[in-house]
Amino acid sequence: MINNLNILLPEIFLTLSIFTILMIGVFTKKSFNLVFNLTSFIIIISIIIILNVSDKTVKIFLDSFIRDSFSNFFKILILIASLFVLNSSKNFIIDRNINKFEYPIIVLISILGMFFMLSSNDLILFYLGLELQSLSLYILASIDRDNLKSSESGIKYFILSALSSGLLLYGCSLLYGFTGSTNFDLISNSLNKENTGAIFAMVFILVGLAFKISAVPFHMWTPDVYEGAPTSITSFFAVVPKVTGLALFIKFMFIPFSSILLEWQSIIIFISIASMILGALAAIVQKNVKRLLAYSSIGHIGYALAGVATGVVSGYESSIIYITIYVVMNVGAFSCLYLMKKDGKYRENISDLSGISKKHPLLSISLLIILFSLAGIPPLGGFFAKFYVFSSVLEQKMYALAIIGLLTTVISAFYYLRIIKTMYFDDSIITYDVVKNKLAQTTILISCSVLITFFLYPSVLNKLVNSLFAGQ
Amino acid sequence: MIEISLGHYLSLGAIIFFLGVMGIFLNRKNVIVILMSIELILLAVNINLISFSIFSGDIVGQIFTMLTLTVAAAEAAIGLAIIVIYYRNKGSIRVEDIHGMKG
Repeated sequence: MINNLNILLPEIFLTLSIFTILMIGVFTKKSFNLVFNLTSFIIIISIIIILNVSDKTVKIFLDSFIRDSFSNFFKILILIASLFVLNSSKNFIIDRNINKFEYPIIVLISILGMFFMLSSNDLILFYLGLELQSLSLYILASIDRDNLKSSESGIKYFILSALSSGLLLYGCSLLYGFTGSTNFDLISNSLNKENTGAIFAMVFILVGLAFKISAVPFHMWTPDVYEGAPTSITSFFAVVPKVTGLALFIKFMFIPFSSILLEWQSIIIFISIASMILGALAAIVQKNVKRLLAYSSIGHIGYALAGVATGVVSGYESSIIYITIYVVMNVGAFSCLYLMKKDGKYRENISDLSGISKKHPLLSISLLIILFSLAGIPPLGGFFAKFYVFSSVLEQKMYALAIIGLLTTVISAFYYLRIIKTMYFDDSIITYDVVKNKLAQTTILISCSVLITFFLYPSVLNKLVNSLFAGQ
Repeated sequence: MIEISLGHYLSLGAIIFFLGVMGIFLNRKNVIVILMSIELILLAVNINLISFSIFSGDIVGQIFTMLTLTVAAAEAAIGLAIIVIYYRNKGSIRVEDIHGMKG
């Protein structure tokens, strides 16, 4: 029993510290700063705890909870990403007057939900983790409650996400009925191609998961929620739940659905192609940077799913590398938005970027690096991410997927380059307020330097990701 | 008398589920109705889970139902809270009015 608790240590620590800081927040006045700093501290401690637990695969609580190197890697990625997202947005949160102490606490609760999702080996635990995550995200989307846009994005996200959770749950119930168990290992053993009911269930579960990572055709909420929610929340939405969603795609392919891989694969290929095409085409007409990043994230999820669609370990590895670099790029891109402040207001239109290279050379050069990387131009990190995915797709002789992927990369380069053209060559010159936002600037610096130096040490990430599948 | 079998329960579940999904897509009037439709979907799942559980003699399905009910309650609470803040800002919860962002 005590051993079991030891295995659960990161989750237990996170839960208890959430309770503690909630109490601190309630009983002290003006507690935002205190709770915020404690949250960063808790995240760092959790990273240390996870780094110190062993990577050996252990299953506890009637095999419903699993701890292995795969879940540990994603937990650390989530924690690091949220640490940067939170800290880079601190000044923005205070400026937008959403500095309520609940904000960082709800972020932590959603992280806790993701932990349980990543570690689940059972449909019940998976569903509960998913709901803990989504319920916190509904609140986060509408956290700026006096703002019409924010509450509208909250209502849209709530309705569509609740619908997709319902579809996913219906899939879970069918899967339970047709295989007789909720445990992933037992499901995997009793599944076979003749089990039509289970394939039906798989489609429902896939819909729910695809919604969470905003893959086409379940992407409708993404642009509206990204635009309406405060930028700090948008950057959290764009990064952290997507990592979890992709991890679950890979996890489901590995354990419960490994015996019906072909059916699963053909759906993912369709979703991947549709996401890449829509992400590339719909972003062209956007005028709002956040909306543009929403469509670009749909496209990026398409590329990451292309790796998953291969159905082999090297493909999964490439998409894990892809999503890691995607996190670095998006954290940097959203941090740039925190510096675009004019006349006391945060600007988010592409036209607000015109000619900023004259007055803000550092901001524009870092945005240039991040956008080049998003477009996949060598030798930046984004190029290597795409390179790994497409080479593993080509290894599996899936030429159509690779060709469409490369074409959409070219199309999407157009709108990234258009922003760069606006920044460097437009006549009207926009000057922003001088913002002292050390945290966001540091985040941009770290993100850019990771993207630039990635080609020097690609093996670090490669080895790490390779080790995740060593046990399987 | 016809014997009520697993198939009947599953059909009932499927019908209620379908009604819930259609309620979300066809409804053009009120957000509260959407909330009710979401509850319908979750209840359909519960019927499924319980009938599977009874007919296979496995208790896990009923435990799952308990947890689903709890989640449904929490979801309804948060949904209503979001609807309230939206109403305060906009003064209406008609579905047609929720179109502040497009593109």
